[in-house]
Amino acid sequence: MSAMLEVREVTKRFGGVVANDRISLSVRQGEIAGLIGPNGSGKTTLFGCITGTLPVDGGEVYFEGQPISHLRAGPIARLGLLRTWQQTRIYGEMTCAENMAISAREAHGGLISLLKPVSPATKARANDLLAFVGLHEKRDERGGRLSFGQQKLLEFAMALMNEPKLLLLDEPTAGINPTLINGLIDRLRRANAELGVTLLVIEHNMRVIMNLAHRITCLAHGEVLAEGAPDDIRDDARVLDAYLGVA
Amino acid sequence: MTKLSDWHIMGALAIAGVVLPFLAPGLITQLSFLWLMVIFALTWDMLGGRMGYNSFGNIVFFGIGCYAAAVVQRDAGLPYFEALALGLALGAVLAVAAALLFGAALLGIRGHYFAIGTLGLGIAAAEIAAGWDYVGAGSGMALPLYPGALGQREFFFCFSLFAVAIACFLSLRWLYGTRFGLALNAIRDDHDKADAMGLRTTPIKVFAWCIVAFFLAISGGLAANMIGFIDPRDVAFAGATFGVWMVLMAILGGKGTLWGPVLGAVVFHITQELFWTYLLGWQRVALGLLIVVIVVFFPQGIMGWIAERRAAREGAAP
Repeated sequence: MSAMLEVREVTKRFGGVVANDRISLSVRQGEIAGLIGPNGSGKTTLFGCITGTLPVDGGEVYFEGQPISHLRAGPIARLGLLRTWQQTRIYGEMTCAENMAISAREAHGGLISLLKPVSPATKARANDLLAFVGLHEKRDERGGRLSFGQQKLLEFAMALMNEPKLLLLDEPTAGINPTLINGLIDRLRRANAELGVTLLVIEHNMRVIMNLAHRITCLAHGEVLAEGAPDDIRDDARVLDAYLGVA
Repeated sequence: MTKLSDWHIMGALAIAGVVLPFLAPGLITQLSFLWLMVIFALTWDMLGGRMGYNSFGNIVFFGIGCYAAAVVQRDAGLPYFEALALGLALGAVLAVAAALLFGAALLGIRGHYFAIGTLGLGIAAAEIAAGWDYVGAGSGMALPLYPGALGQREFFFCFSLFAVAIACFLSLRWLYGTRFGLALNAIRDDHDKADAMGLRTTPIKVFAWCIVAFFLAISGGLAANMIGFIDPRDVAFAGATFGVWMVLMAILGGKGTLWGPVLGAVVFHITQELFWTYLLGWQRVALGLLIVVIVVFFPQGIMGWIAERRAAREGAAP
């Protein structure tokens, strides 16, 4: 099995609260994997543990076979493993075009390479990706002036600009106008199919995740509750219990 | 601002900088201090405006430049200009080394904590210099006499500081146009995001402070010679005056803009001189009130205020 990402028995505690309790899951190269679970089940914490923004208390994360849980966010991103945030994080005082330019892979370099202007290739790619998410007209507008939904799209485009191998998306459709959600699902699929980005998606919108993901993992109370194809997860009694409560 | 008008302003300033000392020799010392203020504001803005790190410790690099020049000029046994050049070079090296050291220690701290940490840096440096006999301790150091003809001295230092100010402006202008400039802004806008996007934030931040240290040290060596005397607290590590003015000028002009710090330095320096001339005895009070007015009415600075007005006008008549 060629697992691109393998999370093995990862544990994360905050004081007495065990946010992630020996969680194991894997993401295969090229797939779209889903991560669901009720509020507080540890999904975002797991994202933090995988991408190095939170130090893990136990277990190990392997990316392309290499253990990465001792690395911090920067080196992990440079390996090609990137995340977005539920609250969206963009550079608010910079224009959309600048947000994109500084998200390119060429910005990963050392000081010498940073002392060059943004390359024409990067500018062109930034334009293409802004057009891809429908923000091309806003390219000279400051990121902070965009609406929340537009910021989400910008953050997604910035992530693609970074040419990740694996992209972890934290609730990509939250706060997006429902009429635009279908367009977003289409873009996520195209990023996966055309740009070759493997995706692991946290999503609360069941319609979205059931349509999008090839395989879904469900967390509850910091533990893996179920794993399988969307149809199996939909019919799993434990998942229904976790969401709706036991009668 | 278009590129063309950028070069127009620079050209006009360059001509003014060259011609004014001859037109108004009586103002030459004022003009020299003006260039020093421009360097102060420009360098402060690199961290405070572009990178989002409000430093109250930049004065340390200026002081290191003052003392390095004074010590070399006293002890090297070289002719005046050779000693001055060597002193400036040594000051620059020491200040950059200090920036590397302090940067590694302090630039990991965020927000207000960084500001407070750097505040301690300036105070500590002043106390160390004031207690260290090798650099004259509390009585400070006198700089050697300028060897040229009477009146030449002022011209020499005025043009030297002007040259440093231009070099500083052009260097920063170039840097802000590179990926490095964007990286500074990214760190300012969301540090954690910048880390998570793979930027090498620590070397970027430390390098920025090294550039700041370099220009401040050079200007420190020149300013010490222009003033002719270094007092540890009132000249070299003058945190309460120079150290605070740096911040004010950058904020007054507009943080994070190219011309803001220059404009802020000019407006601030002229205002301050007017206070000294017309409000003698109350000049500190007037300066304090000016600070309050700046912070309350121009939190975005003059450039920010202009941009806001322009945006409002365009918004009203699309």
